[in-house]
Formats: sequence, structure tokens, C-alpha cells
Amino acid sequence: MPNQASSRLRFSAPEPEGDRNIAAKVKTRTASLLQGKVSEVPDMIFSGVMWFCGAAVVTLLGLIVYQLVVGSQLSWHAFGWKFFGQSDWNPVSDQYGALPFMFGTIVSSLLALVIAVPLSLGVAVFITEMSPARLRGILSFTTELLAAIPSVVYGLWAIFVLVPILRQYVEPFLAKTLGWTGLFSGAPYGIGMLAAGTILAIMIIPIISSITREVLRVVPQHQREAVLALGSTRWEMIRMGVLRNARAGIVGAIILGLGRALGETMAITMVIGNRPEIAKSLFAPGYTMASVLANEFSEATGDLYLSALIEIGLALFFVTIVVNGLARLMVWSVTRGQPARSVV
Amino acid sequence: METEMKLKAAVVPIPAFALPPVSLRRRATDHAMTALALLTVALVLLPLFAIFAYLVYKGIGSLNLAFLTQTPKPVGEPGGGMANAIVGSMVILAIASGMGVPLGIGAGIFLSEYGRNRYGNIVRFVSDVLNGVPSIVVGIVAYGLVVMRQKHFSAFAGGVALAIMMIPTIARTTEQMLLLVPQATREAAFALGVSRWRTTLSITLRTATSGIITGVMLAFARVAGETAPLLFTAFGNQFWNWKTDQPTAALSLQIFTYAISPYDEWHRQAWAGALVLIMLIVGAVAAVRIAVRHGTLART
Repeated sequence: MPNQASSRLRFSAPEPEGDRNIAAKVKTRTASLLQGKVSEVPDMIFSGVMWFCGAAVVTLLGLIVYQLVVGSQLSWHAFGWKFFGQSDWNPVSDQYGALPFMFGTIVSSLLALVIAVPLSLGVAVFITEMSPARLRGILSFTTELLAAIPSVVYGLWAIFVLVPILRQYVEPFLAKTLGWTGLFSGAPYGIGMLAAGTILAIMIIPIISSITREVLRVVPQHQREAVLALGSTRWEMIRMGVLRNARAGIVGAIILGLGRALGETMAITMVIGNRPEIAKSLFAPGYTMASVLANEFSEATGDLYLSALIEIGLALFFVTIVVNGLARLMVWSVTRGQPARSVV
Repeated sequence: METEMKLKAAVVPIPAFALPPVSLRRRATDHAMTALALLTVALVLLPLFAIFAYLVYKGIGSLNLAFLTQTPKPVGEPGGGMANAIVGSMVILAIASGMGVPLGIGAGIFLSEYGRNRYGNIVRFVSDVLNGVPSIVVGIVAYGLVVMRQKHFSAFAGGVALAIMMIPTIARTTEQMLLLVPQATREAAFALGVSRWRTTLSITLRTATSGIITGVMLAFARVAGETAPLLFTAFGNQFWNWKTDQPTAALSLQIFTYAISPYDEWHRQAWAGALVLIMLIVGAVAAVRIAVRHGTLART
């Protein structure tokens, strides 16, 4: 009888994994045994409801996968793997290929990383290693404010401020100095891949820099002290004592930023030009996987058209899941199991 | 005073012969890198200030009573506003919170109180995965789940999409906040003969209230400005609509439509809309934070 009661009233509240606090467990178990009058029905109902909530999260993911897979069947049967190798996107003749969109997504995200990574690393290093203590809080708060601005507001600002600046000053300058590379040629419209990459960079800086900061913070203090004690300057200390130790975590932070960049929709849709083309020049308009969904999904007539769009969604879903999973593993390897605090 | 003395004693001046002088090149590199880091901070803060300054400058000029009380006017007619979109956004967010907050908190309680095992780890991993799903993909799913079945766009579908985005964030922050509550607090309740569900609700959850509310507000702020998942769920509407099963206007959708339009008047209104949107988000978050700090919510 007591055995049964103890098994039912088993206490399994949170404990740090690994070392289980046996003494506390025994104590609570005896406590619940001693006053064995508590009715167990409400407890069972409550835990049942909580289990349901937990199961709901898993079901949700199942629903997402189910919807995407079922929705994209038609297109999958029509095109197979060719879907990802064709650059023809023509609703009139019902020919669909996702290549230009994949190209746009990858190029705009990589461009964003090229701009955002040095900036975010600089900010993270400055805040954790160089900034006076008083400035630290203010700076980290302000950089994180960038993450609170809605995507559509970034897009609005990009259309009316960033694009004119790019068109008038930046793109002519780039064309003159780096035009020979072929990356910066053609008419400087302002709208195009470069604008998309730039606004995307501004949007992912807070994610990369805040996670990098988290990673730098867990580098043990004595690493810094050891390097300083050898007579290094501050920068040498940062390079050898801090950055080298946090390498895996920083790479994780960058990949997490990439994951966000790949799925970003609104701001890019507003400035990339929305033309399914594969162009070498960054001045040329492009199109991304997320943007084509945003623009064409609600107007898609015809089952195959809709199915092709859903297949793009499935591919986007799959890629972001893989990228995010990889990034989390890398961040975890540095912060030792503590999940990096998620940004707004 | 004493610690100060100790600190002073600790910083023993190193005799000059102990270390070779730092070469000019190394010192120059050090200064250069410091300057470079400072430069990156300036470069990152620049767009932030530019966005806020421009938003306020453009937005305030176009913000007036008509904007807050009228529906959009047809192209070419000046005036009009986004009243229906502001209300629509609130309706959609209320539906999303109504579904997402209880489920998210429930999942968080599950993770922290019942989920220290393999099932818990699965749920934990899945919510991290859900957190990374692009918002536009969530829109497709809500379209398939609700819009396809009901055969029309609706505020409810928009709410479902936003709720899906809220749940994982709320679940994970709730879990983290509940784990901060000391184990001894739970044991004290058990020792007094309080049942487990009562302990969780009235002791553990209560202790972590302010942290959980902060987490909920962060999730709320994150979805409040979302546009992509509403494009083909709530769809937008130029008129008043009070039914949750009809296409509904949302502030973010309206900003998008107006921003990419070729009309100056609409651009002006897009800025005003963006300003209102940011103020709503910041206002909601600040209000709840203040309420929590003053204990009105924690005590009730």
C-alpha cells in the first residue's frame, strides 16, 4: 500500500541533470506519504492538461510538416528534383522551377552575413571586453532595440531612405571602384540585391552580436588573465584568450543569424525588385523564396501553381530547420548546455 | 574602505625590468583594433537612430485625429486613416494571445515540472525548432489549416498563425522562469500537505509571475509587428469589419500595402502607421513591465 502511494505521488520536479538531490527526494517522498489524505484526482487532471500542452507543441510541428508535404505533392509529382534545378517560373504555361528564388535567398543572405558579421563581432567584442561598465548596459539595450523593430518598418525605411542613398552615392561609387569585378555593374537602380542584403544585415546584427556576447561572456576570466600576465596588449588578449576560445560559439551565432536571414520576408520583398532572374551583378533585381510566397501565394490560381509555392515553403522550412539545428549545437558546445538566450 | 585598501595592495607596480617594453607595432595594433571596434559600434547604432529619427519625423507630421478614427479613403482622395487596421490588429492579437498564451504557459509548466525526462527533451527540442520556422511558412500552414477549410480569409486564421509563433517562445521562457524558483519553495508547500497541482499553480507559478509576464510580452511584441503570416490569413480589408470570420485589416499589412504603392499620400500614411505600430508595441510592453514592477499583477 505505501509502495503504491509512493509511486503515485512520486516527486519529479526540476533538478539539475546529472547530480540528483537524493536527500531532498527522500524527504519530500516521506512528506507526501505522511499526509496521505490528498486526493489524487485533481493532480492527475492537472498533470494531464500540462502533458496535453506539451504534446500540443509536438503536434504543431507535425501539422506544419504534414501541411507542407501534402500541399506540395502535386508539384513534387509533376517536377520531382528538377523543380530545384530549373529557372523557369511561368504560371501561364504551368512551368515552375525554384532556382532563381534559391539563388536570391542564398545570395542575399550571404551578402547580409558579409556585412553583418564584422560589425556584430566588433560590437560584441567592444561591449564585453572594451566598454566601460556604465556604457555596457546601454549599448546592449540599444543594439537589441534593433531586433524589436518590425520587419515591415525596416522595409519602409529601406524604400525611402536606404535605397535612395544606395542609388545616389554607394552604387555609383562601387561601380567606379569595383566595377571591373562584374559584381557591381549595370544601372544603379538602388532597388535590388544589394539593397536587400544591406537591410537584411541591419536586421541580423542584433541576433549575431547578442549571441556572440553570450558566448564571449562564458569564456573563463582566467583565460584573459593568463594571456595578460604574459605581457600581451588588450587586443592580443582578446584575440588569443577570448576569440580563439569562443570560436565554435561565434560560428554558431553566425549560422543562427543566417537562419534568420534565410526566412526573412517583408523587408526584402519591399526592396529586392521581385524579378526571378539570376544575375551576376548585385545591382540587379532578384527574388527570394520567402518573397515569392509573400507576393504570389494569395493570388495563385490553379492547383499546380499553389502546390509549387508550397513546395518552395517546404524547402525553406527544411533549410532553416537544418541551419538552426546546426547553429544551436555549436552554441551549446561553448555555453555548455545552457541554451543561448533567445532574442526578441 | 577596507576592500579599497586591499585592491590597492593587490596592484603591485611591476618593476620595469620584469617585462620587455611593448613594441610600437603591437601598441599601434592594439589602438587600431580598439578604434575599429568603436567604429563598428557607431556603424551599428547609426541605422538605429536613423530609423527612429526618420520614423518620428515622418510619422508625427502625418499623424492626426482622422488617421486614428477613419477608414482608408480611395486612391486620390486625401485624408482617411487606419482606424480599422488598428482595431483589426488588436482583434487578431487578442485571438492569438487567447490561444497562444495558455498553451505556451502550459507547455512551459510541463517542461519544467513534468518534463525532466525524454519526453520533455523532445518537446524542448521541438519548440526550439518551431522558433526557427520562418514566419511566412507559418502563414502557409495557417492558410492550409483554417483558410482552406473555411474557404475564406479571416481574423481567426491570422490569430492562429500568430499563436503558432507565440507558443514556442512562451513555452521556453516560462520553463526558464519556473526553473529559477528554488526547489525548497516547492518542498515547503509539499511539507504543508499542499497537493502538487496547487503547489505548481499557487506557489511556483506565482513566484515566477513577473518573469513569465515578461516572456509573454516579448513574444507578443515579436508577433505584433509580423506581416508575412497575415498576408494570406487575415488578408487585409479597406473597411470596418467586426466579424472574426471575415478578411480583416491589420496595421502591419496596411503599412506594407501603402509602402509599396506609388502614391505620396499613402506613403505618408504608411509612416504614420509605422509610428503607431511601434508605439503600440513599446506601449504594451512598457505598461505590463510597470504593472509587474508595482506588483499589481503579481498580487492579484
